[in-house]
Order: sequence, then C-alpha cells, then structure tokens
Amino acid sequence: MSTAQRILTDEIVNAVKAYFPRYPTRRAVVLPALHVINESLGHVPYRAVVELAELLELAPAEVQDTLSFYGFFKQDRPQGRTRVWVCRSLSCAARDGEDLLEYLCRKLGVRPGETTPDGRVSLEEAECLGACDFAPALLAGDTLHKNLTRERIDELVQSWK
Amino acid sequence: MMEPVLLANVHKENSHALAVYEAAGGYRTLRRTLKEKSPADVVNMVRASNLRGRGGAGFPTGLKWTFLPEDHPGPVYMCVNADESEPGTFCNRVQMESDPHQVLEGVILSCYATKASTAYIYLRYEYPLSFKRLTSAIKECYEAGYLGRNILGSDFSLDIYIHRGAAAYICGEETGLIESLEGKRAWPRIKPPFPAVEGLFRKPTVVNNVETLACVKHIVERGVDWFQSIGVPPEPGNPRDPGSYGPKLYGLSGHVNRPGCYEAPLGVTCRELIEEFGGGVWKGRKAKAVVPGGLSTGLLSEAELDTPLDFNGPLKAGCLGLGTAGAVVLDETYSMIDFLHNSCRFFAHESCGQCTPCREGTQWALEMVRRIKAGRGRLLDLDLLLEIGDSIGIIPGTTICGLADGAAWPIKNAIGKFRGEFEEHIKRTNPAGYGITEPVEAVDYRKWVDKGRPSPERIQIA
Repeated sequence: MSTAQRILTDEIVNAVKAYFPRYPTRRAVVLPALHVINESLGHVPYRAVVELAELLELAPAEVQDTLSFYGFFKQDRPQGRTRVWVCRSLSCAARDGEDLLEYLCRKLGVRPGETTPDGRVSLEEAECLGACDFAPALLAGDTLHKNLTRERIDELVQSWK
Repeated sequence: MMEPVLLANVHKENSHALAVYEAAGGYRTLRRTLKEKSPADVVNMVRASNLRGRGGAGFPTGLKWTFLPEDHPGPVYMCVNADESEPGTFCNRVQMESDPHQVLEGVILSCYATKASTAYIYLRYEYPLSFKRLTSAIKECYEAGYLGRNILGSDFSLDIYIHRGAAAYICGEETGLIESLEGKRAWPRIKPPFPAVEGLFRKPTVVNNVETLACVKHIVERGVDWFQSIGVPPEPGNPRDPGSYGPKLYGLSGHVNRPGCYEAPLGVTCRELIEEFGGGVWKGRKAKAVVPGGLSTGLLSEAELDTPLDFNGPLKAGCLGLGTAGAVVLDETYSMIDFLHNSCRFFAHESCGQCTPCREGTQWALEMVRRIKAGRGRLLDLDLLLEIGDSIGIIPGTTICGLADGAAWPIKNAIGKFRGEFEEHIKRTNPAGYGITEPVEAVDYRKWVDKGRPSPERIQIA
C-alpha cells in the first residue's frame, strides 16, 4: 500500500509509536492509539483499524474486537466538531437533567446519538459524568458545564461553532 | 467537625501546583520514608492501620499487598483505579483536579512499599481536567526528582503513566481494568488467580483506588495511632471485622441544598451528612430515600437515615455496603419508579455481556421497569423483578464480577422498601393488569395434576 492511500498520517503513526515504550506489549497500545486516531479523524473507520493492526503487529480482528467493546468509538462517519455528552444518571436526572436533554434535542433538532446536519454537534447521552455535585451537567469536548439551566443551554448552543 | 486531611489543600489557590503542595509539607513524607523506612515497614504500617479500600469493596489494603509473592523476579505493577464511574460518585475527581500531588505522593509511597516499578493510572475518559492536572503534576514530579530513576538519590525507581479509558463502567472492576489496560475488551477475569499473583501482563499487580492511595500517604506521615483515632473500631465479638478507621470523602448530591465532596470520619450518619454538611434537603422538603454509597448500594429509606455510613452500617440496613460513599438524596416528591428505571437502564447499558445472568437479567429487569413506568405493569412484575434481583451476581454465585450484585440491590431495596408505591402506581396506571399475580402458562401443568396425572417430581425411575 502506498503512503498516499493511507488513512493514518505520519503524525498519527508517530503519536501512536510514542506510546510503545510505556508498555511491555504492543496490544496494550490499542486503547491509547484508538484515542489518538479518534481525536485526529473524529472517528475510527475500519481502514484505520487495519492500518493500526499492522502497526501494532496484531490481527485487524483483535483491534476491532477491542474497539467494538467501547461504544465510545464511532466507525461510520466523523463526529461533529463538538461532542456533547449529557449526563442521564441519577443525580442529574433528579435535578431535571432529562428535561434539559429534551430541550437540547429540540434546540439542535437531533436525537441522542445523532449529529447535526451542519456537522457542528454530536449529541450523546452519557452515564454518570462524575459531576454530581454540579448536577445537571454536560461535557462538551473537554469542557464540563455545570449547574445547567435552559438559559445556559441557549448560550452553549450559540457557542458551539 | 474534624480538621480536614484529605481535603486540606483543595481550597487553596493553585492547589494543583507542586509549589503549593510542597509549601504545605508535600513530599516530605516521601523524602523521609525513602531514607528511614524499608518497603516492609510501609507495608506493615498500612496493614496495622486496617485501612480498607475506598473504591467500593472495602478490602483491607495492607492485606491485599501481602498477597504479592515475596521472591518474584518482577516487574510488579501498580494500577491506580481512577475509573470513577459509579453514579453518585465524584470525590476522586475532586482529589485529582484539586490536589493531584497528594494522590501521586500516595502512589509513589505505595509503589515503594509494594516494589512496583511502573504505575498506570487508569483514568476515565470523562475526566479531561483530571487528565490535564495529573499530566502536569507527573511532569513536575519528574523534574523535581520524585519520579524516574533513583528517586531522591535512593535505589527506588518508578515511572507513572496515565492510561485513559473509553467510557465503560466495567473498567472500574479491577480485573476488567487490567484486561482493558492490556488492550482487550474489559471482561473481568475469573479469580483466582488474584491480580496480586497474576495480574497485569501476567505479573504481580496491585490495584488500588485513588482515595485509598491518598490515605496511605497520611498513614505513613501521621502514623497508625492517628489513623485509628478516627472512625469506628471493629465490632466487639466479630473477629472478621477490621473496623472502619480513618477519614473518608463523602460525595453528597441529589436533592440537597449544598451538594459537594465532604470529608468526615467514617461512621458519620446519613442524616448528619445531609443536615450538617449538605444544609438539609432542598426546597424545605423531606427526604424519601437516600442512595448511601453509589447507585449499586441500593437505598436507605427515610426511617433509616440514622444509619452510620461506615463499612457495616449500610449492610445492616439491607444495602449492598458502603460502596463508594457517594450519597444521593431523593426528596419526597421523587418517584421510586423513576429511580428504578434510571438504575436498571444504567446497569443494562453497562453490563459487559460476558455472563449470561447479568447480560440477560439486567436487560429483562429494564424491560419490566419500562413497562411499569409506561403504565402497563402487572403486580406479578414486582415478584419477577425480585426474582431477578436474587439470582444475578456474585452473592448467588452466577456471575464473575459484582456488577450484577450492584444491579440487583437497587431492585431489591426499591421494591423491598417502597413496594406500596409500586403497587399503587400499577393499580392507578393499569387497573386491568393490577390483578395479574400468576405467570401465564401455555401449558398448565397444574391441570394435569388435578386430573390425576403424576407431576414430574412424582415420576419414579425404575
């Protein structure tokens, strides 16, 4: 396979290789590598799985087996520019988190698990985000948004470009 | 209220920075220990303190360490369980975000004690700020000589790496965590062998929770007597009870005025936690129920709020245990049907699918609670739910790990302690189904017996 056809860029490959010294086996690099690919490509298509397997000296099925265990990694198409996880677990639900999720769905016009047509936002339900002291909460990319209200959600939706 | 120890630094400005931690005496204990104490001294101190794991199971930490083979050529691995995913639990996050060096000093001391040369912090992906703070704290440690080769001029060398999870609750189970770290599906292993004997990469491995390791730092610093001056001594006449010693972080959330992470001696009652720390139930209401220690521990009813939150209290009130000490308060207006639906949905989603009773049982329970919530419940469903609750998990002996026990307890407690509310809901929403208390049989074997045919038990095999 020529480099031109490859999905994993040199940058991704080098970032994956940087994990090698941390572990005594190549297989242990699977999860960190999947994160590297996911952060770079917005998803982990099957071609990337095949190339990663080659890099880690594994069968593609071994990588795919691990990947498919975690609902976290999507394979069909890139996620939206902002990945929004709305907590649905008990502490948030008790403080009207589910109403806010409904409000957000209506506002964005997508259901949990979907991406807005303009590719701005992927909306997902999350199990406990460990932010129960600030319920209801959501995680947008790397930012935790706390003590949500409808007004705050209006502002957030504006800010997700 | 006691002087906070675990949370002593968290309110300082830049509490996550090395300089702030050192100014408060940070890493002095490490420095002194490497000079003055042998690894065995540290193990003995932790063992004598009766420190019990803060991650949920409450297993004595020192005892866990002594399971490591003594003459193993190594390497020995330390896994720091920072996959805090139990609903209602967030105190590890507070520690890692606000005082990462306290955690790291505990990790380094524990690795010294257990002769581990590599530690992996298995951190859940949903904690990006913890990741950032730990990453920079580890960097500071390498620069200051607290990590790397020959730490502070001693023979002891240690590397710490952060390994990020991918949003799967089961990775908090210690052997699920190990499998995940190895790059596989996080399917818990059958034990024995326990990780201490054969764990990560088939080497001796210690898996400890973030808060447990932070406690180790304070035990080494302040001594066993100090640790045992806090908390609850073992029950008299129960030689198997190691007691509930030490300070504990309690996560308080749900319908309280001041949710937060609070430090209290083990054994604070649920009511004290709500009233004195949390400022009471919100909106002037009364509590209906409280999840004592993370969703999987079940429920305390209002009448049980004086239960001490030590390792024995919740058990005696019919809960699964102290768990992670993440208390979720539910006020008098909150529906127990909604509670159970939320709980069943969580566990059905998070069952790893390896053991059939858990995979099918959690899903079946969810289907039934959905039906009840949607107004198509039958009285029979309550008994079926209890039957599922009694038949999935380690306690009935049908699964490899405890996830299913955690799924079962909210079912048992919600229906066991609030059955009236469920019956009323079914009666109101589905009057026709209310009276159905017997399963529908396609073939009614009882009729056969009535007609004089022998029941299967009575057939004699010659």
